Amino acid sequence: MPHALETRVLLDKAEDPRLATLQGYKDLVGGYATLEKAYKSMEQDEVLKELEDSGLRGRGGAGFSMGKKASFLPRGDMNKYLCCNADESEPGAFKDRELMQRNPHQLVEGIAIAALAADAGHAFIFIRGEYDSQADTLDAAVAEAYEAGYLGKDILGTHRDLELVVHRGAGAYICGEETALLDALEGKRGNPRLKPPFPAVQGLYGGPTLINNVETLSNVPRIVANGAEWFRQYGTEQSPGTKVVSISGGVRRPGNYEISLGLPTRDLIYELAGGPLPGRTVKAIYPGGSSSPVLKASEAMDLPYSFEAMAEAGSMLGSGSVIVADDRVSIPHMALRTARFYHHESCGKCTPCREGTNWTVKMLERVVRGEATPMDLDIISSVQENIMGKCLCVLGDSMAMPVSAMVRKFRGEFEAVMAEAAEGIDPHTIIDASPEALEAALEATS
Amino acid sequence: MSPVDGAGASNPNLPVDRAVTVGREPSSSPEQIPQLSEVDCPAELKERIEALMARYPDRKSASIPALWAVQERYGWCTPEGIRQAAAVMRVTPAYLESVASFYDLLHTERVGEHRIEVCTNISCWMRGGDELLDAFRAAAEGEDIFVTGFECLGACDIAPMAAIDQRYFGPLVPGEAKTAIDQLLSGDAVLPEKSLEKRPLAGDTEVQR
Repeated sequence: MPHALETRVLLDKAEDPRLATLQGYKDLVGGYATLEKAYKSMEQDEVLKELEDSGLRGRGGAGFSMGKKASFLPRGDMNKYLCCNADESEPGAFKDRELMQRNPHQLVEGIAIAALAADAGHAFIFIRGEYDSQADTLDAAVAEAYEAGYLGKDILGTHRDLELVVHRGAGAYICGEETALLDALEGKRGNPRLKPPFPAVQGLYGGPTLINNVETLSNVPRIVANGAEWFRQYGTEQSPGTKVVSISGGVRRPGNYEISLGLPTRDLIYELAGGPLPGRTVKAIYPGGSSSPVLKASEAMDLPYSFEAMAEAGSMLGSGSVIVADDRVSIPHMALRTARFYHHESCGKCTPCREGTNWTVKMLERVVRGEATPMDLDIISSVQENIMGKCLCVLGDSMAMPVSAMVRKFRGEFEAVMAEAAEGIDPHTIIDASPEALEAALEATS
Repeated sequence: MSPVDGAGASNPNLPVDRAVTVGREPSSSPEQIPQLSEVDCPAELKERIEALMARYPDRKSASIPALWAVQERYGWCTPEGIRQAAAVMRVTPAYLESVASFYDLLHTERVGEHRIEVCTNISCWMRGGDELLDAFRAAAEGEDIFVTGFECLGACDIAPMAAIDQRYFGPLVPGEAKTAIDQLLSGDAVLPEKSLEKRPLAGDTEVQR
């Protein structure tokens, strides 16, 4: 049963396994009626207007207006494409997985309608390779939709065509970046491209391309069915709609909860997710996935959970994934864990990110081994500053933001961890810096 | 004319930039696209890759799916398998190898019969992902099973978790690693109660640790 504080729209009836089939989708939530209405009676501009008026903001991380993005695509006879970004790889995020697994047809219908708005004849779902069972679910749903005439040539006799391909990635966080996703989809290594030109102008195979997240596209059928006004009854003025929030880490009931945006963060963590584990207290949270600057519990709890409130607090809503760190969690170790992830996933194309993530990991390892001095914390911060805004994509920034926030807000803890680890280390000893020795030393401290 | 396709090569009116071209003359035996007749590609693999290519406006888009097909057939992206796929796709083997080596799930070296990825990222780490990885490593000792720590698999709700042959299981305790591996080796269903498919929506159950 949904919690009283939940507002289930996208996850409506999601506990019913029949929803994953075409028949179930039709019977339970009246699925594909909107596709039929849109294809038979709506023009491109009408669909676009509805999406723009709704104020739907992208649910993948950047929070850009979906309707605006779609309106940037040039008009004309060239081939245009639509890509659904289902490469959800941000640590802490697992909402798209749930949406695809429970309600794949909602996404297929959303893609088909968004393709009208973008005038795209070819659509792709780029799903991360790890989501094998979800990709199977999508494959089955797409096959059913083709069978029923909702995809393919001459959809429902309207002379409109749409091909939809489920494309599996093979394990690279960077492919969630839209231009890297395009490269991967073109069969290359997933390296980001220089922007501009933005994908809306020159994207997949050089054609205008609309790229949207799974959750964004899943919102499309209901907006077009019920209108922008209906959508705006949920959420706040600047963050309309509902949001599926993934909550994980040190809480009693980790999971996906769909809320009306603007719900107090305290309710999200204490009511929906059941609060911290017994005997624990919340120390800090990542409010929007591992790339969002961490907030101390005291800063976070009274904030409404919305794009604008998080931005005002110096963080971001991102993909809407809350990771809760309780009082047991060592922030310097968490910073190291975060930095290691981005170091591993950096594609290596831009120097500030490739080298910056590498040096941040090395310096944080020195911190937890007790070989650093407080001055090193300033160096860590300056390295972060020199990554931000200096690369083709924001992967480097995604490490720099949380790490610099942690160093700034928990400096005392960093110094304490350093001092504790340094106890018994004679400052005059020459450290064996061979990789094996460092590895062994790190194992001993972690 | 410049011998390479660099500065000055495309426009004969521009001076040749010696710094770009000197010492970079193309190899006398550049890698060729292998002929289908040279590679002995199994018929099903060839058909499968051809079907994959047909799904895209540009055949090269099929490179990741084709490598998946190679990996499925041979257990990993073998040099032979890559040559076969390259011949079908009409690209050089080096091109496909460069793609395969970029992605974590495509293996360019032999891995075991079964593959287990244990998430050690933030949420799983907080709930004991490292200990779980150690337990899986210990339990898989001496078996033909590839165990590795992995970045976030997108299942923080069932932390700590592991992907066993591409299916998700969690939340796991270290003791379950041995059970899972025994079941895997004997061909039984692996930890049926811990499968992600069994998980109710939005954490209706309390996960305690």
